[in-house]
Amino acid sequence: MAEVFAIDGRAVVSAELDVVIGPDEDVRGHAGLGNYRVIGIDFPKWRDGRGYSSARILREMGFAGDIRAIGDLTVDQLIFLKRSGFSSVAAERPLNPAVAQAALARFPFVYQRAADSGVPAWALRHPVGAEAAE
Amino acid sequence: MYQYDDIDQAVVDARVAEYRDQLERRLSGALDEDHFKPLRLKNGLYLQLHAYMLRVAIPYGTLSGRQLRMLGHVARQYDRGYGHFTTRQNIQYNWIRLEESADLLADLASVEMHAIQTSGNCIRNISSDQYAGAAADEVDDPRPWAELLRQWSSFHPEFSYLPRKFKIAVIASETDRAAMKLHDIGLQLVHRKGEIGFRVYVGGGMGRTPIIAPMIRDFLPTGDFLSYCEAILRVYNRYGRRDNIYKARIKILVHDLGASEFARQVEEEHAHVKTLGLDAPEAEIARIRDFFAPPAFEAGLCETLDRGDPDFALWVDRQVAAHKAPGYRIVNISLKPVGKIPGDASADQMDVIADLAERYAFDEIRVTHAQNLVLPHVKASDLQAVWEALDAAGLADANLDLATDIIACPGMDYCTLANARSIPVAQTLAALLAPREAELGELKIKVSGCINGCGHHHAGHIGILGVDRKGNENYQLLLGGSGAEDTSLAKILGPGFDEAGIVVAVEKVTSAYLAQRAEGERFLDTYRRLGAAPFKAAVYGETVNG
Amino acid sequence: MVKLLTGNALLRGDVLWWDGTGWSLSIADAVALEPAEGAAILGREAVGERISDLALIDAEAVDGRFRPVKIRERIRGFGPTVRPDLAVDEQDWR
Repeated sequence: MAEVFAIDGRAVVSAELDVVIGPDEDVRGHAGLGNYRVIGIDFPKWRDGRGYSSARILREMGFAGDIRAIGDLTVDQLIFLKRSGFSSVAAERPLNPAVAQAALARFPFVYQRAADSGVPAWALRHPVGAEAAE
Repeated sequence: MYQYDDIDQAVVDARVAEYRDQLERRLSGALDEDHFKPLRLKNGLYLQLHAYMLRVAIPYGTLSGRQLRMLGHVARQYDRGYGHFTTRQNIQYNWIRLEESADLLADLASVEMHAIQTSGNCIRNISSDQYAGAAADEVDDPRPWAELLRQWSSFHPEFSYLPRKFKIAVIASETDRAAMKLHDIGLQLVHRKGEIGFRVYVGGGMGRTPIIAPMIRDFLPTGDFLSYCEAILRVYNRYGRRDNIYKARIKILVHDLGASEFARQVEEEHAHVKTLGLDAPEAEIARIRDFFAPPAFEAGLCETLDRGDPDFALWVDRQVAAHKAPGYRIVNISLKPVGKIPGDASADQMDVIADLAERYAFDEIRVTHAQNLVLPHVKASDLQAVWEALDAAGLADANLDLATDIIACPGMDYCTLANARSIPVAQTLAALLAPREAELGELKIKVSGCINGCGHHHAGHIGILGVDRKGNENYQLLLGGSGAEDTSLAKILGPGFDEAGIVVAVEKVTSAYLAQRAEGERFLDTYRRLGAAPFKAAVYGETVNG
Repeated sequence: MVKLLTGNALLRGDVLWWDGTGWSLSIADAVALEPAEGAAILGREAVGERISDLALIDAEAVDGRFRPVKIRERIRGFGPTVRPDLAVDEQDWR
């Protein structure tokens, strides 16, 4: 089994994947996902970014377990993975933990609301109006 | 114009640091080329025919004198003294050294500039109307919305690995100066019952499969602006084709699903994401909008010009447009002097324009998608001084939208993708047509060196497409395109030509136009009225050539 | 028809031509290679990834030097045709 890098506390590093969702699968059409501890989302090629949508949708559906990105991934995708809701990564070529942590800490601000707890720049700029306007 | 706060500055600084780190890992061998290449592309750095090319973002084509001066500095310090303004309102440098690229990006960051997402399968520079904030016909300045999109799209985690590149344009008038319907998303700010909102077009583009974007939403309230764009991008990211790079743009998805089914899927996704707090609050929109408040226009200014100098008078007639504020004008700066390279400017010329902007134009310059520049707010009483300075710098050609104002991509002189050279064709045509330019009137000629169409040939009244024909450069002639609000796609007239032949063919087309035009008709109007037949006959003769 | 080995310098992006013992900025120095020989050198130079876009291109012997068959490669060896002041070779690319 590939080395698992934990992005956040939802990662269950020692656990195997309960299911692997391919890039062309619709997570909304997948029954029973709520029962899983660890859902794997496959990135056969780093270029194929469908997994980011899948993870984010899973979080929007309320999945609170470990969402693990597997496949052709490097530290340079880490921040996108984290912000899309992934809680762990098992890359084909193991990530260097120190380089990975540095990559995750690189950007002090984010511009948009995503699946992580990052506060969008506009919310920092207008703390009273942090909720959507309408 | 927009100014960075600490957040914006911290983001571009972090990006420079990230890239510097990635570059060091590449140079040390810790990162291989296969993984480094997409990272440098995300910072706009391509390896082209002769060297690395860097594409610097000029968000919605707006920049200050200080920024333009920095672009001149970059040209001198890191390149060979010139830059090329592109059909997406950006600037390109052709001779960048990889080993200096992080320092270059750091210099840009010091003046709130960057090369973020100017390449790669991500959301690219948001383009807009070069007359924004100056044109009388706009509903509101479109650029605050372009800035909101710029921030929203920067490092968007879900949309950084799209099937293909993604281009968005925002305009705010019925007159389309940004070729809005030929973008992946085109947004037009409109009024409806006292409210402003957006008409949304999705799925336009040129290249291999030119398509005019259908409208998928006739009124989008501003409060749903970002969440709706999010929905569009999510549908595209999930369902855009990834099996074939020539079929991977959103236009193919929209075309295959049909506009109404695509719109339905977007609405369905929007109903869901709308609840997630993605939309910026009104306070943020107001904050950004404040940066685009009209400058302190003076009142009671003199409107009369001394047209004694015929060269000045001609320049005024052709290059100067009406401004919404009395006493002011919009000045168009031609980067198409006959004999020079379309869209190129030297570092010295950039300095001249920066000075003029600071002195005469409330410190603002615009880049147009036709590879020209604009000083948006110039007092009528200052036009003479501006013209004299431009003239001394070789920037006072009076050819806006005329036959010598040709758009040309870099072509095979610079670009590894090209099949033919485009600049020499543009130069030869310009020299040939210059004597008849006044007679020909509005004539938009656009030259692309390959099917990717960076020269926008499908949107040309006369479009020229360079192809490879058995190892030789060959050129196809297309007629009848338009990137304005009367959007249309140019059609191939007949068999292609070699370099000498295409020039002759264009000349025959223009002669046929002059011979058959009705009163007040532009070339495009005559073509639309008569169809291709008379032009085909003029170019190919009555019998069809092999 | 012979092969020339070409690439771009990683650090600076300059167009390079294999001159028999190393890399030259000038196409006039390029040596003809047999395909197998060229492939072997290419394979060796590819290690370490200091030269990008390594390629063996077709060329013909003309007037004592080698002229790439493809126009694109000739332009690559000469410089942008519209900026002769930036040319890297005195021979006409045509």
